[in-house]
Amino acid sequence: MIKNIPVSALIGLMFTGAYFFVAIAAPLIAPYGMAEIVGDVWEPPSPEHLLGTDNIGRDLLTRMIYGGRTTIFIAAAATLLSFLTGTSLGLLAAVLGGWADQALSRAVDLVMSIPTLILALVILAIVPVTVPILILVMGLLDATRPYRLSRSVAVDINVMDYVEAAKLRGEGRGWVIFREILPNALSPLVAEFGLRFIFMVLFISTLSFLGLGVQPPLADWGGIVKENKDGIVYGIGAALYPAVAIATLAISVNLVADWVLNRTTSLKGGRG
Amino acid sequence: MHPILKLVSQRLALGILLLLGASALIFGLTEALPGDAAQAVLGQSATAESLANLREEMGLNRPALTRYFEWLGGIFQGDLGQSLTNKLDISESIGKRLGNTLFLACVAAVVSVPLAIFLGLLAVRFRNRWPDKLISAVTLTTVSVPEFLIGYILIYFISVKLGWFSSLAIINSSMSLGQKLYAVALPAFVLTLVVLAQMMRMTRAAILNLMQSAYIETAELKGLSTFQVIARHAFPNAISPIVNVVMLNLAYLVVGVVVVEVVFVYPGMGQYLVDAVTKRDVPVVLACGVVFAAVYIGLNMVADIVSILANPRLRHPK
Amino acid sequence: MNEQLTHMSKQVTAGKLTRREFMGKAAALGVSAAMASTMFADAARAAGPVKGGTMKIGMLGGESTNTLDPAVAATQVPGMVLRLYGEQIVDVTAEGEIDYRLAESVEGSADAKTWNFKVRPGVEFQNGKTVTAQDFLRTVERHANEDSKSGALGVLKGIKSMKAEGDVFTVEMENPTADLPYLMADWHLVVQPDGGFDNPNAGIGTGPYIIEVDEPGVRHTFKKNPNYWDDSLGHVDEVEVLVINDATARMAALQSGQVHMVNSVDPKVASLLERAPNLEIKSVSGRAHYVFPMHTNTAPFDNNDLRLALKYAVNREEMVEKILRGFGSVGNDIPVNESYPLFDNTIEQRKYDPEKAAEHYKKSGHDGSPIVLYVSDAAFAGAVDAAQLFQQSAAAAGINLQIERTPSDGYWSEVWNNKPFCASYWSGRPVQDQMYTTAYLSSADWNDTRFNDPEFDKLLFEARGELNVEKRVELYSKMARIIRDKGGLIAPMFNDFVDGVSTQVQGYKNDPNGFLMYSWAPIKCWLDA
Repeated sequence: MIKNIPVSALIGLMFTGAYFFVAIAAPLIAPYGMAEIVGDVWEPPSPEHLLGTDNIGRDLLTRMIYGGRTTIFIAAAATLLSFLTGTSLGLLAAVLGGWADQALSRAVDLVMSIPTLILALVILAIVPVTVPILILVMGLLDATRPYRLSRSVAVDINVMDYVEAAKLRGEGRGWVIFREILPNALSPLVAEFGLRFIFMVLFISTLSFLGLGVQPPLADWGGIVKENKDGIVYGIGAALYPAVAIATLAISVNLVADWVLNRTTSLKGGRG
Repeated sequence: MHPILKLVSQRLALGILLLLGASALIFGLTEALPGDAAQAVLGQSATAESLANLREEMGLNRPALTRYFEWLGGIFQGDLGQSLTNKLDISESIGKRLGNTLFLACVAAVVSVPLAIFLGLLAVRFRNRWPDKLISAVTLTTVSVPEFLIGYILIYFISVKLGWFSSLAIINSSMSLGQKLYAVALPAFVLTLVVLAQMMRMTRAAILNLMQSAYIETAELKGLSTFQVIARHAFPNAISPIVNVVMLNLAYLVVGVVVVEVVFVYPGMGQYLVDAVTKRDVPVVLACGVVFAAVYIGLNMVADIVSILANPRLRHPK
Repeated sequence: MNEQLTHMSKQVTAGKLTRREFMGKAAALGVSAAMASTMFADAARAAGPVKGGTMKIGMLGGESTNTLDPAVAATQVPGMVLRLYGEQIVDVTAEGEIDYRLAESVEGSADAKTWNFKVRPGVEFQNGKTVTAQDFLRTVERHANEDSKSGALGVLKGIKSMKAEGDVFTVEMENPTADLPYLMADWHLVVQPDGGFDNPNAGIGTGPYIIEVDEPGVRHTFKKNPNYWDDSLGHVDEVEVLVINDATARMAALQSGQVHMVNSVDPKVASLLERAPNLEIKSVSGRAHYVFPMHTNTAPFDNNDLRLALKYAVNREEMVEKILRGFGSVGNDIPVNESYPLFDNTIEQRKYDPEKAAEHYKKSGHDGSPIVLYVSDAAFAGAVDAAQLFQQSAAAAGINLQIERTPSDGYWSEVWNNKPFCASYWSGRPVQDQMYTTAYLSSADWNDTRFNDPEFDKLLFEARGELNVEKRVELYSKMARIIRDKGGLIAPMFNDFVDGVSTQVQGYKNDPNGFLMYSWAPIKCWLDA
């Protein structure tokens, strides 16, 4: 099995795994307390502070580790929520057809026609910004994309002979969705899952950049970039570490997603 | 009626309904925001008296529904109304801003769309060899770095250190085209990097999907060169998904560039909308929101129609 | 070598040597760049202002929703625009004295109740009309009107009657008001033709520059007013104000030479920016301060022991060091400092004392539930960071602070003066009376600590009518002590105004009233040829 995984996907898997591990084990790994002030502002890297200190004198490595935990947790939860709502509604719309499909699809068109970022900014100004609400807002606003994808894939599958056959056999809707359509729609959905996860990481970073992210002293990577961004133009790298972290996480997840996609397209080819 | 005409008119009607829905949704949301334009304008210096006076003057004392339908009535007469906060004519302010936004979007699109498709074709031609992998890695990196950071890094190196391009992309009507292009060079570059990856990846994936078809094998067996096969036989049939993703990204170039506008101080629609939301300037928020929604719906319509035209099976329904 | 330098300086003064030539020659003589720069500036100042050129300013604090109406101006860009196209009756100088602008002289009666402002003769508005006492009257009327939405409305309370006779504008106050000329110096009170009643947004004033392009939130451009009455001001031909709200973009614009000056330099980058050639950081300590106001009538802040606990739990030195990077000074939980006239500087400085904080905290009997501090980036630069420092220093005293960050958008309407404990700032006022009247008098509109102390109110009115300086100092000292020990104000630091200025700009002089020489910079400075 391992033999068949290309090197790029292996690297992706390794990095993704490492990031998730650090996120879960953050309190055990981090050298200092998350909000603990241990030194002067923007100290250069030293043996005590491997990445130096941040804009108010906290250990940057510690901030990065806890920031990763926040970022990954929120992005993963929001992506899951987005996929669960998006795909279940999408599959349902495809199977039901008719006015239910129309109503759902037009509602999704409506939400998509307003820029997501602007919509999120407005909604987050109305409701208090807490982690569950962030996840809810990001997840639901993003659910429109998995909806469209799953619906379009499912519409194609829905007219396949084997689905017709299942319907003629008298199988219920649940059976058709979960036993016939879902397994065949899974591969593009999994590939999309990777991409959506990355968009979520970037989304939460952008929200934090605009000052709407998690509550301090908690921070996500985007928030750490924001806290330290003023140093960039003077060659202080504190803002670059979290950016590199976002980029490497994004790339490694995408490498895995690519591999899944390739595997499934070759499967498709094999089936002819 | 010709089926295509019928389809287009159906889409148009649906688009207008969607626009109405979007305006109602935006109005509802802005009404739900805490505070109002009067408080936002006076800010820290507000007193109970001055607030009441300003509310009266702005007409905020009337019920929300009345204000919405008045606005709607104005729209049908082609009147976007006046800004609550600075009394300027909204059509005029939006006109300028929209012009700027479209200019930047056009510059970015003219560079990024052909480049993305070319890179996509190149990646297919050299599939799984080093050019494919290199293109993949580079575009993945650019899409994974937050756009504000790309902006700051470019400002630091290109504008501050080297002094080649301006970090301020402020443009105005008195500038020549050349000056304008020079001013927007950096933001257009950042936007190109941001939208390139998705379009390139979709081109590559769509064409690769077709390369396994029997007719491509036939073409290959005819002895055509690989690039001819890709360009003449595979590409035309992959147009539909490619156009779809191109349109999505064009929409993004128009409606999603708030952050780039902030970083490069570009006087576009996004900044205007964010300011208006901050100041609870409802008519301006509505006008911007509807323009954005119209751009999005319009581009999607184009994508749909192009896919239908490009697909003989859809063009001549059973 | 000395002789040669003196000769070169003279050449500069005579306008025969440009900055670049001077610096080059000085370097050849082995003079350090910093010293040569100072010498050049001195020589150039001696030469007097160079006329002409376009001054470009990059500024924080403008939105696309701004107007030209002086009454509703609230942020820095509208403030700058007002300064360029308009003028008040009187203003305040950098030294804190009254600066006679459209009034040539001011006279008060012995009881400090009646004040006469004499109109400067022959000054014209930019529409060609001559300024009269009637314009003064109508302007103040519009701002003081009950229906007004003016930011100066609060300041103008207590006017009994006003009249305009000949070239004299007379204000009669209900109570003795020794500082009335300072109240008239409020920057909103720009004189407009007929007070701006017919069109407050016309942008017509008497200022040294005339508006050419007005694109709110983007840029404002101006050209010289050829009929301006004061020849000592207005050296450049054109002024261009560019709105650059993003801090990093603003600094980049200054560094790459696209603007000549910027306001609001983040203290964190100020020292780094100074390393760049051709730039100077100008910082001036003033009356602006960052605060955490508590509502003294709302639990748990209605308990003075809890308030004192929080006051002792702030590490002021650390905040000045980390948030202001030294561009500022520690505060003493009173809203005034030694920049004010009549200030008593013998009041003991409060220090960070976790033990005392814990003691008061225990005495207050607070149940240990987290105390919520509302904060936003809008409150002041670094407010969220300052709150986190506060949280850490309070934790050392066993006090559990919880930070609630809210969006910048809506902060002033929803949080400040609304939630019982939040972050905020004051830019200060020219005199103590005005600062206290604005926010600490029990009946003040902006009483953001809900402070209600009859003794304090009584002292304030007494000081207002008192003309003996020593007695006034004593009264103000008593008031300061009351606020410090009983009030709801935590004032950990007074922040400097920090501007970034290109070395091409000459004639820059510190003004503690505000950023960019209290917005005078484009008018009083000039550009090197």
